Amino acid sequence: MKEFLNNKMALVGLDFITLMIAFALFAPFIAPYDPSYIDSKNVLAAPSAKHIFGTDALGRDLFSRIVYGSRISLSIGFIAVGIAVLIGVFLGSVAGYYGGKVDSIIMRFVDIMLCFPTFFLILAVIAVLEPSIFNIMVIIGATSWMGVARLIRAEILTLKERDYVVASKVMGANGAWIIFRHLIPNAIGPVMVNATLGVGGAILVESSLSFLGIGVQPPTPSWGNILMDGKSTLGVAWWLTVFPGVFILLTVLAYNLLGEGLRDLMEPRLRK
Amino acid sequence: MILAKCENVRKEFPIKRGYLQDTIGAVKAVDGVSLTINKGEAFGLVGESGCGKTTLGRIILGVIKPDAGSVELKTTKLQAVFQDPYNSLDPKMRVCDILAEGLVLKANVTGRMTPIREKVREALDLVKLPESALMKFPHQFSGGERQRIAIARAIITEPEFIVCDEPVSSLDVTIQLEILNLLKDFRRKLGITYLFISHDLRVVKYMCDRLAVMRQGRIVEEGDVDNVYNRPSHPYTKLLLSSILSVGLIGQ
Ligand SMILES: Nc1ncnc2c1ncn2[C@@H]1O[C@H](COP(=O)(O)OP(=O)(O)O)[C@@H](O)[C@H]1O
Ligand SMILES: [Mg+2]
Repeated sequence: MKEFLNNKMALVGLDFITLMIAFALFAPFIAPYDPSYIDSKNVLAAPSAKHIFGTDALGRDLFSRIVYGSRISLSIGFIAVGIAVLIGVFLGSVAGYYGGKVDSIIMRFVDIMLCFPTFFLILAVIAVLEPSIFNIMVIIGATSWMGVARLIRAEILTLKERDYVVASKVMGANGAWIIFRHLIPNAIGPVMVNATLGVGGAILVESSLSFLGIGVQPPTPSWGNILMDGKSTLGVAWWLTVFPGVFILLTVLAYNLLGEGLRDLMEPRLRK
Repeated sequence: MILAKCENVRKEFPIKRGYLQDTIGAVKAVDGVSLTINKGEAFGLVGESGCGKTTLGRIILGVIKPDAGSVELKTTKLQAVFQDPYNSLDPKMRVCDILAEGLVLKANVTGRMTPIREKVREALDLVKLPESALMKFPHQFSGGERQRIAIARAIITEPEFIVCDEPVSSLDVTIQLEILNLLKDFRRKLGITYLFISHDLRVVKYMCDRLAVMRQGRIVEEGDVDNVYNRPSHPYTKLLLSSILSVGLIGQ
């Protein structure tokens, strides 16, 4: 813990993430305006004391939209990664523990999934299904679990030889007991690092989808579609692209810093 | 009365090489072993590292399936104590959960819940650890203390048969004797049968009534401990004995 606290960059990341989570949780208290309130007399206003990030082409307050957008962007990040972790941990631990045919089938499936250019797979699926927030979370989760599966399988291959597993078997434990009681708790550390890095990635994917117009649909604000809204007025209103862009960038960076800090913490071998 | 009986047990492990993990041969870890262990006795299994003792122990415990031969056990109340207590206790579990695991698993089978709290306290007391140990994690203990926890986990389920695989080999000499005496005590008080695996003939002499000497997967000599110790018949046993004598009889 002390070492983690000494890692300045990871702490900066954690602080920023905490701030963003506070934005999301307390959006109604933090946002100075209703994010969908249209003020037609005040369109494309530059940042000022009244509208610190300015207003958009409909006169909506940009800061309020970004604060509310954090709810959508962060929940997509968390839930998509949660889905990826569930799928990856389940398939990876079954493959690692049981080995043999089960392992071959699951790992070939992982290889196949890794061969797909994930982003285009998501595009194709979203083109067929409607781009609801739920569908976007599920599809990002369902296409990003392979790293988790590989990681956890590798961990479990070594952990399953430990004597505490043998002791548990001698006492009559079955595969499910050993996997859930002993193997997953001991293998989950590196996965959490991977998941932290993944949250940033998922937010980026959502932003890209929204930017292409097939992500979260307006009027619900997400960082991606705010950015995309600003695209058409880039020449006259720089704030409409710069602020959402900066938030996406800083959030992804924060998750990466935190993830790397956690990794250093988990792998004492790499510590100086 | 016979408690465990192995007949012509064999186990090979493939030797794999290279990136593609091609099988290039096989190690005969256990190569046709027959032995019987009587109820109430402490049966020693000695031999140098790599001769197949652990594999044989695990086959008897039922966690490795032998390629050939049969193992007959007259009890299902089995337990195991291992060499390395760093490896045999789940680092993510508290001592109370480690000790309770066997009871919970047993309750799952019988459908009857035993009073787990009292049993856990009792077991801790039997291995002479303080109650404050309950909420701690394995890494907060010394090697000897950890081995006591591992022994408590074994005896809490009231086993009839414990396979001890080098239970003191990783401990300091002074602590070895404490652990051996603890195990000896349980045998007297609870009538537990031991298969006692060790590479150290002195430890086996201290603990056991009968022993088998193993070499390269086979048993080369078997008999009462005193007989084998005083009148070894196989040259390999003589070699093992002379190596002890040259080191000196520490702990005797
Ligand atoms: N899971 C395994 N896979 C491959 N080889 C093994 C495995 N377990 C044991 N062996 C080999 O079998 C032989 C006997 O090992 P072991 O039973 O551990 O001996 P001991 O306990 O007497 O030191 C050794 O050569 C060892 O390398
Ligand atoms: Mg061994």
